[in-house]
Amino acid sequence: MNGAHDLGGVDGFGPVLVEADEPKFHAPWERRIFAVTLAAGMLGRWNIDMSRFAREDTDPFTYLRSTYYEQWLRGLERLLVERGLVSANELASGKAAAPTKLTAVPAERVPALLLKGSTARRADAGPPRFGLGEAVRVKNLNPRGHTRMPRYCRGKLGTVERDHGTFVLPDSHAMTGEENPQRCYAVRFTAYTLWGGDASTTDCVLVDLWDDYLDPA
Amino acid sequence: MSHDHDHDHGDNRWSEQQLRVKALESLLVEKKLVDPAALEVLIDTYETKVGPRNGARVVAKAWADPAYRKWLLEDATAAIASLGYTGRQGEDMVVLENTEQVHNLVVCTLCSCYPWPVLGLPPVWYKAAPYRARAVREPRAVLKEFGVTLPDGIEVRVWDSTAELRYLVLPQRPGGTDGWSEERLAELVTRDSMIGVGLAKAVE
Repeated sequence: MNGAHDLGGVDGFGPVLVEADEPKFHAPWERRIFAVTLAAGMLGRWNIDMSRFAREDTDPFTYLRSTYYEQWLRGLERLLVERGLVSANELASGKAAAPTKLTAVPAERVPALLLKGSTARRADAGPPRFGLGEAVRVKNLNPRGHTRMPRYCRGKLGTVERDHGTFVLPDSHAMTGEENPQRCYAVRFTAYTLWGGDASTTDCVLVDLWDDYLDPA
Repeated sequence: MSHDHDHDHGDNRWSEQQLRVKALESLLVEKKLVDPAALEVLIDTYETKVGPRNGARVVAKAWADPAYRKWLLEDATAAIASLGYTGRQGEDMVVLENTEQVHNLVVCTLCSCYPWPVLGLPPVWYKAAPYRARAVREPRAVLKEFGVTLPDGIEVRVWDSTAELRYLVLPQRPGGTDGWSEERLAELVTRDSMIGVGLAKAVE
């Protein structure tokens, strides 16, 4: 979706504000929502692309006004209700009205789950469609659903810098759960191609893009 | 996002989030959807155990051991896993080497992708709008704000982490460190140098 989360190249935000000796969390509730989000995710009722979409799929005002962990909170509440794990009434009252059939992931399993993670890499089904150094053009796609194609590279001409192998396609994975695995490449764009004007012709931006996002140039 | 944890969050807004999160947590515990002990494990892991010291160890080893460096650049996931750093938000790793000709910088313009097993949780500025908006558009200006001025002759490569690959920058080894142990070298490796917004510490 063309949402406010797609921030690359947006002007007007001011300087990068670095906090010296920054703590990991800035309020006790940030610590709690971080852990609750990870623990609820371990129930396996949604994937990472669905969580990203739940956070970004809102009006730009809400997105930009929210801090990072406020976005997590909003995203988690939405997924819990959408999946029927929690009702809107339960969320409002904070009291459980109905049991669920799911079982929490016990603490003793957590360290191993974290060390294992969940790779989005899949076996290659064949040779890559594009070779290293090959010129490609990013399609001008504007899906209403989730995508990992930033707006600033749409329609632009780039070259394939790295072949990462085969990965789950976030677009379908977020919307239907369908993996649709395909080749993912780091595609190189000169700064001039992206920003024109007096932008550098040697500095570049590399974006990880899937076969479905690309046309031969 | 633009004013994360800034003064414009009045006490009211913070206490509202506090109550909302507390209610959600008790509800999920009551419904047996989360194990309260699991929450403590998760917090402890990312607040006290995992952090940029892990990445510093990877970088120092690459500086000291050419065979490891080669392996790290060819198969970062395996080379990093050999030191015990694996899993969530670092399942598939790529290491980018800074040289005299090339300076690499990592950003996630769409969310906040960051290599947790080697760097821990990202700082607020990495997740906030100014960095995400500007790193791809004016990386040299952003670098200057971090105190890094690069000569025009160096190519700046900005990597936008849009896929499930997590990037770690291998900064240049500072001069005057010949023969140093990995432990001593690791002290020169900053978190920012592994994101690409800084350089490794120079030797006095």
